[in-house]
Amino acid sequence: MIAMLWMYVKAFAVGGLICMIGEALLLKTQLTSARILVGYVTAGVILGALGLYKPLIDFAGAGATVPLTGFGYMLAHGAIEGLENEGLLGAFTGGVRAGAGGIAAAVFFGYLAALIFKPKMKG
Amino acid sequence: MQDAKNRKEAQRYAELVARLAPKSEMGQGMARAFLVGGLICVLGQMLTDFFSMRMRFGAQSAATATSICLIFLSALLTGLGLYDRIGKFAGAGSIVPITGFANSVVAPAMEFRREGLVMGVGAKMFSLAGPVLVYGIGSSIIVGLIAFALEVIG
Repeated sequence: MIAMLWMYVKAFAVGGLICMIGEALLLKTQLTSARILVGYVTAGVILGALGLYKPLIDFAGAGATVPLTGFGYMLAHGAIEGLENEGLLGAFTGGVRAGAGGIAAAVFFGYLAALIFKPKMKG
Repeated sequence: MQDAKNRKEAQRYAELVARLAPKSEMGQGMARAFLVGGLICVLGQMLTDFFSMRMRFGAQSAATATSICLIFLSALLTGLGLYDRIGKFAGAGSIVPITGFANSVVAPAMEFRREGLVMGVGAKMFSLAGPVLVYGIGSSIIVGLIAFALEVIG
């Protein structure tokens, strides 16, 4: 029980920190949010490939998997795992396969939301 | 004489405010991003625990199921116009988590609904998420190819 609560504290701290860095980048560098998202996912891929992101996931759980760097890690990890299991073909398919759940959910729920909800007027 | 002194004081005060205000604004923004981003991750941890402990999913499946749940939640809140409000408060705290990625899909899909289901919803839903997928998937393939090359050499 205490171990579980401690895990929540770590997830909060690490996830919060990753988001805080994003906010600092937003405020200090005039980067658009699209560039921040691209930067985060690419950083996750690179850190994942170098084996630097996995320790953070072991430490902070969802605090490291929920930010977009975690999605990048998943893609890189999938590509490497695919290579190990299926060779060169797996290097191509592994990344998308690992990220498929998130991509499919975004497409599906995004489409549904566009059908169901009316956008609010911006004022 | 007193008037001029007051004016000078007021000017000095205005300069002081100008110098200090952006910094504290930045601190506040970062604190908000930390708080909301951290809370979204705690929710993610709860979902991950549920999927791995109750449903006996493996680590990777639990993470994927968590992402799907968070994306659903984000789509719902975006549809209701609530995610936008969270975003005004949290800044990057609502952009960096996977919910922000989902929001970047749902928001333009809704906004361009009037341009039709194909070129409106279908095309515009990737106006922000498209670059993320291009660079994410592209770099993951490069990683796979480099790993392959290392395997061949070594």
